[in-house]
Amino acid sequence: MRYLVALMLVFIPLSVFAAIDTYEFKDEATRARFHTLTFELRCPKCQNQNLQDSNSPIAADLRNEVYKMVQAGNDDAEIKAFMVARYGEFVLYKPPVNETTYLLWYGPFGLVVIGIIVLVAVSRKRKRHESEVDDLETHLNKDEADRLNDILGKGEHK
Amino acid sequence: MRRFILFIPLVIFIGMGAFLWKGLALDPTELPSALLDKPLPAFELPSLLDPERQVTEADLKGEVALVNVWATWCPSCKEEHAQLNRIKAEGYKVIGINYKDDREKADIWLKKYLNPYAFNIFDDKGSLGLDLGVYGAPETYVIDAEGIIRYKHVGVVDQRVWETLRTVMDQLKQSGKVSAE
Repeated sequence: MRYLVALMLVFIPLSVFAAIDTYEFKDEATRARFHTLTFELRCPKCQNQNLQDSNSPIAADLRNEVYKMVQAGNDDAEIKAFMVARYGEFVLYKPPVNETTYLLWYGPFGLVVIGIIVLVAVSRKRKRHESEVDDLETHLNKDEADRLNDILGKGEHK
Repeated sequence: MRRFILFIPLVIFIGMGAFLWKGLALDPTELPSALLDKPLPAFELPSLLDPERQVTEADLKGEVALVNVWATWCPSCKEEHAQLNRIKAEGYKVIGINYKDDREKADIWLKKYLNPYAFNIFDDKGSLGLDLGVYGAPETYVIDAEGIIRYKHVGVVDQRVWETLRTVMDQLKQSGKVSAE
């Protein structure tokens, strides 16, 4: 049992402790802001990691920059603008709404609208088709109706 | 009409196929530079080989030039160094930004592999690199005579890349002459 515990301890992933810097914040609100910002900003070198998660040197630099700016009292918009001015909109995990991102933001709603249109069109067509069948039945004369019922095996009209 | 509707899925399929096929050829690590067509950021940093001398963005103006961000810790920089020497030999101006590096090592490097740079900016803290949006050395910029960034290449400059850069530089030189006349 003891060996088993020892063995398991060996496999504790040390990497999870990486990318933790020791920053001291002037207050809790600033700390919270730092965490939100580093969570929302993307590391330019990595394909899909935010500044918080990444171990790359550039991410460390940018964390440092964010730290300096939150400590200095810059607001979130200023910090984001600072990053976008240097690294482009790539660094924002939540892209802004503008001409190049309209499709991204509104595309899904467009698809839903198209879906609804198709759905309505199909169900309407089906309804019309059904009512046509009904009409056929009511337009039959007595003999025809009897024959139809014979074929269908229904005996109510007899 | 009915026939036509049957082809809609095929059309959608072809459309998506073309879109995704194009996506395969894109390099997701390449970011568009946020500083394209913008002037170089203001800075004041020492020269690499002459620590007494301060270099500012004004020193980069006056001539179409390549600005190459490099460091001795960067293996790809070694790979492109010979190409930079050839570029210098062709008569184009190359300015270096020595990014987060060690002065002594950089000095040795330039003696050993020859120095293609007109001068080098010693950016040991990476502050200029940060303002330029550098996210991985080597990076190479083309700036025009007014110090405006016209082109950015991330990664090694080889002969093929250089041909693109040279075209950009030649065009800038040409248009510079025209506007000067």
